[in-house]
Amino acid sequence: MDAVIQVTDLVTHYGQRRILDGIELSVLPREILVIMGGSGSGKSTFLRHLLGLKKPSSGTIRILGQDITGLSRKQLYALRKQIGVAFQGGALFGSLTVGENVELPLREHTRLDEDTIRIMARMKLEMMNLSGFDTLMPSELSGGMLKRAGLARALVMDPRILFFDEPSAGLDPVVAAELDELILKLRDTLGMTIVVVTHELESAFKIADRITVLDQGRLVITGTVDEVRATDNERVQDLFNRRPRNDAVDRDAYLHRLTGYRHDAL
Amino acid sequence: MINVLHRLGDSSLGFVEQAGRLLLFLLRAIASAARPPYRWQALLRQVHFIGARSALVILVAGFFTGMVLSLQFYDTLVRFGSVSLLGSAVALAMIRELAPVLTALVVIGRAGSAICSEIGIMRSQEQIDALECMAVDPYRYLLAPKLVAGVISVPLLTSLFIMIGIVGGWFVGVVLFGVSEAAFFQGMYETVTLHDIRMGFTKSLIFGLLVVWITSAKGFFLHLERYGAHGAEGVSRVTTDAVVIASISVLCADYLISAIML
Repeated sequence: MDAVIQVTDLVTHYGQRRILDGIELSVLPREILVIMGGSGSGKSTFLRHLLGLKKPSSGTIRILGQDITGLSRKQLYALRKQIGVAFQGGALFGSLTVGENVELPLREHTRLDEDTIRIMARMKLEMMNLSGFDTLMPSELSGGMLKRAGLARALVMDPRILFFDEPSAGLDPVVAAELDELILKLRDTLGMTIVVVTHELESAFKIADRITVLDQGRLVITGTVDEVRATDNERVQDLFNRRPRNDAVDRDAYLHRLTGYRHDAL
Repeated sequence: MINVLHRLGDSSLGFVEQAGRLLLFLLRAIASAARPPYRWQALLRQVHFIGARSALVILVAGFFTGMVLSLQFYDTLVRFGSVSLLGSAVALAMIRELAPVLTALVVIGRAGSAICSEIGIMRSQEQIDALECMAVDPYRYLLAPKLVAGVISVPLLTSLFIMIGIVGGWFVGVVLFGVSEAAFFQGMYETVTLHDIRMGFTKSLIFGLLVVWITSAKGFFLHLERYGAHGAEGVSRVTTDAVVIASISVLCADYLISAIML
């Protein structure tokens, strides 16, 4: 099977600081891959690179066979029509109703008539248990509803790949569990390839076919849920067991950070 | 000493970087506005927002500006015994200088700040990323209609300002101080040339572009602010910056255009 997403030797910088280092990853068709990592691990940056919102320092990212690091804007836009992205807070446009938000991609990219567009948008909202909410403004929805509406908008073009940023962050456990079910259903019924970025263990273990763990800009391990659980990598176990990090403290570096002076220069 | 030099270099680098970014932003927005299909509906909404909804403020501001102008000119002209010049003085000052500048400043305060904070919030809530990811070009979808609407609305508002300003001047000069109505308007006809109107119009066109350009770009590049801009605090700080920079740019541009066209 050809990989849907193939990342090779991805290196990225923010200013002088190296954020991602030598990332290698492939995502297979119809699989749910979960990218895990604590805050500051680089997982959000990694997602932005996968979406083509940022250009890496080096390395390639092939999505559906095309290297997105070398595409023109036009080619990138063409590719993105096959990709859905659900953002953390939904990222709905405040000036449009929920329905208009979901209809937007159809209006921009298809020549369907008004009724068809409305029906297709309502179908997606129905799927997200949001029927009847299409005339409301995003400001009238709760956090969980915004997320689901954002997901409906991401799915309205029937994408081949879905990216989902932090599906369960900030939701109560019941709503989070419902979203997990929904993600599984999408893969099973529509055959989508799904990449989820999260730091929630429970949700990751429930939905993932494979998990990859990012730590300080490097991929520590990639494997099935059982493989990743069984690993004896300390960082991964810290993350799983909610253990605080015990970074070995370099005395000079610590002083340097505190004082702003190099200790050895004093 | 090294520290001062370092900071000086750092901030001038920052300035050059920001200027370059703004210029590219403008070019890309203009290019997207020029390419069909055009977004008439979005354009109409923006003209309504920037133009129509500023009209009332412009009417009030214009009327009072005209009144105070007439008052000051009357006081001065009486000393030289040339009150008959009142009409042309008011009209020339309005058309060439005050109406374009004050209209631009009103639009910055009313619409510019709103544009900047709206786009800034869209940036910080990932809505602009969402547009990108839906393969909808934010320059075309979001920015081009605003830019074109600015270029359309500001000249229209300026002409409104001029008209109501002359009415205000007439009210103080003719009605309150009893200057002859015929002299007031005859002087205006005789002195105001097409060139004066062209100058006012050129100014208002350029100001319209400047105002929307600077305020929307500041919001759009919220995430690239040098000292970080996050959430509500970031949006409010960037909006303040945008209003200040836009106002100063308008005043600088005003001098430059006057110097070139006079």
